[in-house]
Amino acid sequence: MIVVEDLVKRFGRQTVLNNVSLSCRVGDCIALIGPNGCGKTTLIKSLLGMVVPDSGLISFENEPIKRHWKYREKIGYMPQIGRYPDNMTIGQVLDMMIDIRKSSSRKLDEELVEAFGLNDLRQKRMRTLSGGTRQKVSACLAFMFNPPVLILDEPTAGLDPLSAEILKEKIQKEKAAGKLVLITSHILSDLDELITSIIYMQEGKVVFHKGIETLYTETGCDRLGKAIAAIMRNS
Amino acid sequence: MKKIIKYVIIDILRSRIVIGFTLFLLLLSTSVFLLEDNSAKGILSLLNVVLIVVPLVGILFSSIYVYNSAEFLELLVSQPLRRRSIWLSIFLGLSVSLTLSFLVGAGLPILFFESSATGLLMVISGALLINIFVAIALLITSLVRDKAKGIGVVMLLWLYFSLLFDGIILFLVFQFSEYPLEKALIGVIALNPIDLSRILILLKMDVSALMGYTGAIFKDFFGTPFGIIFSAISLFIWIVIPVWLSVRRFNKKDL
Amino acid sequence: MARTFGRVIILFFLFSAFVKNTFAITIVVDAKGAVSTITRAFEIANNGDTVIVKEGVYKEGNLTINKSITFLAKGKVTLDGQHKYEVLSIKASNVWIEGFTLINSGVSSIVDMGGIKVYEVKNVTIKNNVLIDCFFGIYIQHGKNCVIKGNTVTAHTKIEQDNGNGIHGWKSDSLLILKNTVSGHRDGYYLEFVTNTTILNNISENNLRYGLHFMFSHGNFYINNSFINNGAGVAVMYSRAVKMYNNHFSKNWGDASYGLLLKELNDSYIEGNEFENNTVGIFADGATRVEVRKNIFRQNGWAVKMQANCMDMHLENNNFIANSFDIGTNGSLVLNTLKKNYWDKYEGYDLNKDNIGDIPFRPVSLFSMIIEQSPPAMILFRSFMASLLDKTEKILPSITPEGLKDEMPLMKPNKL
Repeated sequence: MIVVEDLVKRFGRQTVLNNVSLSCRVGDCIALIGPNGCGKTTLIKSLLGMVVPDSGLISFENEPIKRHWKYREKIGYMPQIGRYPDNMTIGQVLDMMIDIRKSSSRKLDEELVEAFGLNDLRQKRMRTLSGGTRQKVSACLAFMFNPPVLILDEPTAGLDPLSAEILKEKIQKEKAAGKLVLITSHILSDLDELITSIIYMQEGKVVFHKGIETLYTETGCDRLGKAIAAIMRNS
Repeated sequence: MKKIIKYVIIDILRSRIVIGFTLFLLLLSTSVFLLEDNSAKGILSLLNVVLIVVPLVGILFSSIYVYNSAEFLELLVSQPLRRRSIWLSIFLGLSVSLTLSFLVGAGLPILFFESSATGLLMVISGALLINIFVAIALLITSLVRDKAKGIGVVMLLWLYFSLLFDGIILFLVFQFSEYPLEKALIGVIALNPIDLSRILILLKMDVSALMGYTGAIFKDFFGTPFGIIFSAISLFIWIVIPVWLSVRRFNKKDL
Repeated sequence: MARTFGRVIILFFLFSAFVKNTFAITIVVDAKGAVSTITRAFEIANNGDTVIVKEGVYKEGNLTINKSITFLAKGKVTLDGQHKYEVLSIKASNVWIEGFTLINSGVSSIVDMGGIKVYEVKNVTIKNNVLIDCFFGIYIQHGKNCVIKGNTVTAHTKIEQDNGNGIHGWKSDSLLILKNTVSGHRDGYYLEFVTNTTILNNISENNLRYGLHFMFSHGNFYINNSFINNGAGVAVMYSRAVKMYNNHFSKNWGDASYGLLLKELNDSYIEGNEFENNTVGIFADGATRVEVRKNIFRQNGWAVKMQANCMDMHLENNNFIANSFDIGTNGSLVLNTLKKNYWDKYEGYDLNKDNIGDIPFRPVSLFSMIIEQSPPAMILFRSFMASLLDKTEKILPSITPEGLKDEMPLMKPNKL
């Protein structure tokens, strides 16, 4: 569904993505992991067209995404730090996004809005919100339009345990519905039950891209955290 | 695109600076006309407002708005929207709200107290100028990522267009006074939208002086229909080119 | 007693002259009548007779009046010079001409052909005629005590050498030029060596060169005339003791165009006039002892330009309103005075409320001096920089003439 070939991105002299290639299929739930500054967020932003790569090719459903924008209708994106116009209220942000993205064919998915209880906070201005509440808004927006692809950048960071659990359940549910889910996270324990494969990045390169079962067998561990730690020790 | 413009305008109006600017202009222009005993003096004071304050507010407000809307832009770019539409919406949102603000704040009083060709021309030039400086602000913000640096550049540009440029012209006029400069000056003047608008207004306001002394340049060029079309087109180019360049830049920009 | 008797004798002779006139006959010119041409009528007429011409177009070449007759048109009578002849020549005194339409005089570079030309005679009245496309309109040569009243003189050619002046006086004295309208000629009104003449209530517009032009013409009055949109405005040269009251000068635009050009004018008065929308309201070059009072200068490029060679010009109680520049000059020598004028650019204050500003006003701006030196700098007029320069100069005068200032500027306009 998403294919990346030889992606290169430099910021100034620093090479952030160095010949990254990977492919993701429908039904996958992929964890994108790696140390800070390894290029995870840049890769995600490239997929979303927010960062324009210097060279290489990204295709979405066999179409190169360069200069295209329609494909983003099929992506729900939850950024690492949700940033919204300060003067708007939660209600206004939600309404605006619905207004911009609404298409008659798909129904709105407001499960998360209800689960997080955002309807009671609609009048709050974005600038007054805590980081956690912002994350909730971001999560709601990502799932709202029922997209076949979900890209979640550190989804549970900053959420309280209860909300994190709500979100995980939601991810689980969408995965079961056959969606492609791409998650980055530091908190590996969060991902155990969710993921089907792992992309491990380091210094702008993809070190490996393996199914989780393969990984467990190769390392002989049964926990994601331990398996990764084992690999990092070996390299 | 219409929807984004709508939200940009709502957002700008919510910031209240534009409303403040409108009231400031309204107060200023009305009091200028009420305090001066003849409206010709009032219009003269407003000329400076139109040529100096309006570009300054246009360029400063727009650039600060764009820098402060970095999050909003980021949010929009990750959505299924064409980048060009997003950027043009930002431009149109700024342009519509600031033009409205100028028309209400300065346009209405001018047309009310001085409903002459001079007044009308002043309103039109002011509206064009504010759009030009919104366009220039967008170009700068698309090029310069850092807010402080960007606002510095923008202020320098304003100073350049409203003062330094004229200083250079005066210097050239004196340095090359033996040469037939007037034709060349027409071309040079087109490089500064403030000067261009000023001359368009002067052609009505000081027609007696202009038609006389420096003959050729005014009578045979700016005074003719061709000259007026040339000036109008130049002013439009001053909007179109910066916007076009900034769209190109924004299309490739990393957020 | 003897003097009274003498007066009675004189009156008697005058009276007998009138009695003789009552015996005068009236000749009617009618294409179908006994006298069918004007030429014929002039042949049979005697001094004191009246010739009345009936409606029609008469092409009789040059018509010359050399008897003292009254020459009247009944209905629309057109005298056509067919582009070859001077239409009407007057070579006798005491002639009255009224109501004709004279068209198409000849054009010559050797003689000045007129629509109506008066040759060295006295007491001619030319009234209510219409002159169209004549080389010169009404030409008075060596005339005296002539009245030119209510005529309309129009020309259409744009070529200056094929176009004479509308009303032209040469070496004449005591003319009365009243309520005429001249347009499209080279100069509207032209007077050279004309003295003691009154020019009253006339209109002069759209003439190619000057609306009014006079040289070496002393002691004349110009009252209540309008000079509008003439090529170069009004020129007043080499004359003295001229009085110009309540005239209106407007829309005289161009780089050598003036509302009123004063060249070597002495001992004259310019009062109560209105100067509006001229490139230069008054341009004074070598004027001496000229009083300029109670005039209004409105929306001119320069209200007054005084060259440094002017002396003892006094500008008093004038109103300067909405001019691009109030006063221009080309040097620093100032031998003229400004007093009690109203300047709308004045920004001073009046603490004792006597309607006289407490600090003097300097009407010459630095920027106007800059333009004087380098005309293309006009392109910067009213720019931020130009006003900064002017403001600095106001605080620290260095280039503008120190002496040229109004010590008693008025706070409110003079009531005129």
